[in-house]
Amino acid sequence: MTAQTSAPVKVQALSCPNCGGQVELHGFSNTLTAVCGHCASVLDTSNPVVRVLYQFRQQQRRVAKIPLGSRGEFDGTQYEVIGFQVRSITVEGVDYEWAEYVLFNPYKGFRYLSEYNGHWNFIWPVRCIPVKRPRMGRRPSQMLDFRTYRHFQNASAKTVFVLGEFPWRVAVGETVQVDDYTCPPHVLSAEWDGKEINWSEGRYVSGKEVWQALRLSGSPPRAKGIYLNQPSPYPDRVRSATKLFLTFAGILILLLMFFAVTSRRETVLNERHQHVQTSGDASYVTPIFELKGRTSNVELTTSTDLDNQWGFFGYSLINADTGQAWDVGREIGYYYGRDSDGEWSEGSRNDAVIIPTVPPGRYFLRVEPEMDANTRPVNYEIKIRRNVPVYSYYLIAGLLLILPVIVLGWRTFRFEHARWQESDYASGSSDD
Amino acid sequence: MSRRTGPCPNCGAPLEFRWSSSVQTVCDYCKSIIVRTDIDIQKVGMVADLPPNSSPLRIGAEGQYGNKAFVVAGRIIYEYDQGNWNEWHLIFNDGVSGWLSDAQLNYDVSFLDTQQRDLPSANGLEVGRIIGIDNLQYHVTTITRARYRGVEGELPFQYWDKAEVPFVDLRTTTGRFATIDYSEQPALLFTGEAVEFEALKFKNVREFEGWSQ
Repeated sequence: MTAQTSAPVKVQALSCPNCGGQVELHGFSNTLTAVCGHCASVLDTSNPVVRVLYQFRQQQRRVAKIPLGSRGEFDGTQYEVIGFQVRSITVEGVDYEWAEYVLFNPYKGFRYLSEYNGHWNFIWPVRCIPVKRPRMGRRPSQMLDFRTYRHFQNASAKTVFVLGEFPWRVAVGETVQVDDYTCPPHVLSAEWDGKEINWSEGRYVSGKEVWQALRLSGSPPRAKGIYLNQPSPYPDRVRSATKLFLTFAGILILLLMFFAVTSRRETVLNERHQHVQTSGDASYVTPIFELKGRTSNVELTTSTDLDNQWGFFGYSLINADTGQAWDVGREIGYYYGRDSDGEWSEGSRNDAVIIPTVPPGRYFLRVEPEMDANTRPVNYEIKIRRNVPVYSYYLIAGLLLILPVIVLGWRTFRFEHARWQESDYASGSSDD
Repeated sequence: MSRRTGPCPNCGAPLEFRWSSSVQTVCDYCKSIIVRTDIDIQKVGMVADLPPNSSPLRIGAEGQYGNKAFVVAGRIIYEYDQGNWNEWHLIFNDGVSGWLSDAQLNYDVSFLDTQQRDLPSANGLEVGRIIGIDNLQYHVTTITRARYRGVEGELPFQYWDKAEVPFVDLRTTTGRFATIDYSEQPALLFTGEAVEFEALKFKNVREFEGWSQ
């Protein structure tokens, strides 16, 4: 058996063939391309004879926000940042650049951090094929790890700048096709040329998490806009608002049921009258009746046989002992007929009104009816019930409670709209 | 064939075939490639200088796949225009040979498929094409023209001095992996699955200064 030395593998250094500067290889012999930190020459390190592949001019250089050599833990594994590359896509004549950092662990291999406008993703290679799913609208979709991804955009990504080390042969200026699919907070990407298709999956991480993991000084760049797989803050809020709404709606329903069951609905007055048009004062008072129990409401119902007529009922509910009075005026009208559109009717023959918070006691009702002049007599019935359940209050309370849910739902919609405005499926774009 | 020791036919240094299934080994001292038959052992070639090993694995590393233990007995190194990769020869505790491919620290375990099959020719394949193998749909993910670059340790067959041949990698939606090796006629099929390094519970791997496993 081959004798195996147990001396640890050490970081080797080579001399840049262009400037003679020292270039350390922290990716050990996984590094196929390294960039000289002194003169920005891109070096082919896959052979003992190091060759210069490309030299960056000053204006091509970009600044890495994370210093190479930083180390930190992601998903429980320690990685070192060994490479930095900037790639760009061109959309409608505008170049968009984003950064990618190569993370290395000599056992677990390579991972990546990407950054665009302060939005970060931790990315790992995927070595199974996502399952093609039926299109969602116009968007192709893919499923991986029980996540359904929707296609976001296709682009031709060009390498514009590199620094540090890479486990592949870097070709500055070369393009690959990239398809991004989103399922926040995850992103699925396919990179392909004729010979290879590589899938990778990523998870959105905040700049703060990146800064903490790598123990970087200062603060991360502010995130601008909404990124393709940035998790929306709203679904959680909608969920808690909905929970709150359902809790209160449940309480409301219980209250409603309680009052529906316990309301006395006691009829304390029920009188029929006929109104004949006279010139004199038609007002009268009813006999005294008693309102029992605690202070609660009183429902006053007027049922008529109005027939293409109107009536006005001036009511006063008067406490026989204290003289305290509650006045309500009710106008009722009912008209119907037939015209070129067919049958029509308007208004109602009946009316009901609630007088709230009436204390118990002895009461009578003063009625002052007034009707259409010169029409047939009107028969009507007045009914007073004590302590009736009022359902409209519950409806109003319910609507007020659901308001936050609606507002947050709208914000969710706005957030998703803003996200997709950056995609190939933006509304108002040419493929709409 | 049994475990067997003897002098290297080239340099006379002691030479040992540790595993009964091994057919080929490399002399530690003179780097001669030695093949054994029922009758004798022969030198068939020499190993040129190997590229530096970028892998944490080495011959003698031990691991576990499923509930079977294995030891790393040999490797074949391939080179292509984007770098190189290792095919580590694994010998399991039940004598079965398997392979661990290690390409930029992405690991796949596979086994030689011994069934008679009609495999498509390399020329007719393209990335994205789907091939049915054992009722599974394998997608072509990589087509690589690779050169044999070197061997190390013991191998279950003679493998040396090969010309540039195409390799086709295939994957399924469930993480199954297959590779078609066109170095033989008919082509060889290996099937297996993608694995994570930590899942193989390695011992006796290489150490890297400043890193813990």
